[in-house]
Amino acid sequence: MLRLPRFRIATPRTYREAAQLLRDNGAGELDRTRGTPTLRVMLVAGGTDLFPNMKRRQFSPEVLVSLARVRDAARIHENGKLEISAGTTLTEVAGDQRVRDRYTALAQAAELVSTPQLRNMGTIGGNVCLDTRCNWYDQSLFWRTAEGFCMKTNPEVVCRVATSSPRCLAVASADTVPALLVLGASAHLQNAEGEREVALADLYREDGIRAWAMRQDEVLTEITLPRAEGWRSTYLKLRDRGSFDFPIAGVGAAVRWDGGTVREARIAVTALGSRPLLVEAAREALVGTRLDDRAIGAAADAVHKAARPMDNTSGTISQRKVASRVLTERALVSLRDPGAWGAAPPKR
Amino acid sequence: MTKELLTLRVNGEPRTIAVEPHHTLLEVLREELGLTGTKHGCELGECGTCTVLVDGVPVLSCLTLPAFLGDADVRTVEGLAGAGAPGRGAEREATLDPLQTAFAEEGAAQCGYCTPGMLMTARALLDANPRPSRAEIAQAISGNLCRCTGYTAIYEAIEKAAARS
Repeated sequence: MLRLPRFRIATPRTYREAAQLLRDNGAGELDRTRGTPTLRVMLVAGGTDLFPNMKRRQFSPEVLVSLARVRDAARIHENGKLEISAGTTLTEVAGDQRVRDRYTALAQAAELVSTPQLRNMGTIGGNVCLDTRCNWYDQSLFWRTAEGFCMKTNPEVVCRVATSSPRCLAVASADTVPALLVLGASAHLQNAEGEREVALADLYREDGIRAWAMRQDEVLTEITLPRAEGWRSTYLKLRDRGSFDFPIAGVGAAVRWDGGTVREARIAVTALGSRPLLVEAAREALVGTRLDDRAIGAAADAVHKAARPMDNTSGTISQRKVASRVLTERALVSLRDPGAWGAAPPKR
Repeated sequence: MTKELLTLRVNGEPRTIAVEPHHTLLEVLREELGLTGTKHGCELGECGTCTVLVDGVPVLSCLTLPAFLGDADVRTVEGLAGAGAPGRGAEREATLDPLQTAFAEEGAAQCGYCTPGMLMTARALLDANPRPSRAEIAQAISGNLCRCTGYTAIYEAIEKAAARS
């Protein structure tokens, strides 16, 4: 049996209580740069990401603050904007008709996460806060002990992916994040003093260890999506198998049509660096065009240039670079003509 | 660390047990309740063999903490045959779930290790969708690995059970 390390469970009824529990247990002083196993208190929602990591001893918190009993933690509410509580399961997100109709990229991304069982358990908040992944990190304690660990768990050790790298190169691997980024999402954070709202794009950093610009004593409570009139969006994913696997390249795309012209556009990638990334140059290549082959080609080139995969997931660097271009082309073609889904990419 | 007294509803019966807070539902089912029908495979959420139903929804018992379940209804493979019918042996076999019968007839279990998880996932599918297409079956069991059958016999068994229900 692969057992969890021992811990105490705290089950707050509100997000504010959860934030207070994090604070009371010293989360504010914690810093991931001292190595992930040093975190003494952590949050858990669905547990589908945290528990495997705890079984492999990447984390061994003494206290787990569970969000399982937080009131109204799982609901989707429409109020002009679409408000998705952080505890909403990925199955609920993928199945919600409002999400499917108007925030298509998010429904597709949620439906492509792992397996049905894990989507029944895992939450949107958990996916947004998914730990970064790496072939040198996501291994058993036995394997990592034999190899001598890496920077993410043991800061005195080098990054095994690129030994001269000053930072951890673990990979952002959440499917829903590029979809949320192209839909213009914002994140609501609760701490012991109060709440704050940040653009989701500002929540991430190009660092495999300190991948989030949120404090250890903050709780993600809600994702808000702005109105989506005129927008069409999609998310495409490359992975080894048609189920189970994390993305090794993922592209979210959204365009806002005004007549036959693209008035606004967003392209975001995941699994191609330590942070999910909005590719600004791809937006510039699309706005004002009719999404013709030339514009799509230029946007795909911009994504290809921005993609920085390292040799630390399955697949090869060149395969994932090529995938970033191909997925962008396919995504944009599908937004141009719904009937062209799966059609050949445009000629370049 | 002390054990905590917990009441779980398993296969329709309330079971009060003392559990370590860090033990998963899989460990509690197998080690505290003796329900070894639920298998432990990867124990990391990568195989699906430990699938049980919580309020009718397939979840992985290896990543579920009993403390979070409250009064939810947990259903394991032991609760499939003769659901609601008392008795043992032949009496109980007479009330096998149609999925169990179809799996046996179609050779959908070879080594059998994935079978409890497959059965529970398929039960949830048929409860929600009594006449699933082949594509819907494939999607429903896409979180359950089988390394023996190549899946075709499993698809056929689920279709057969659906047709008989």
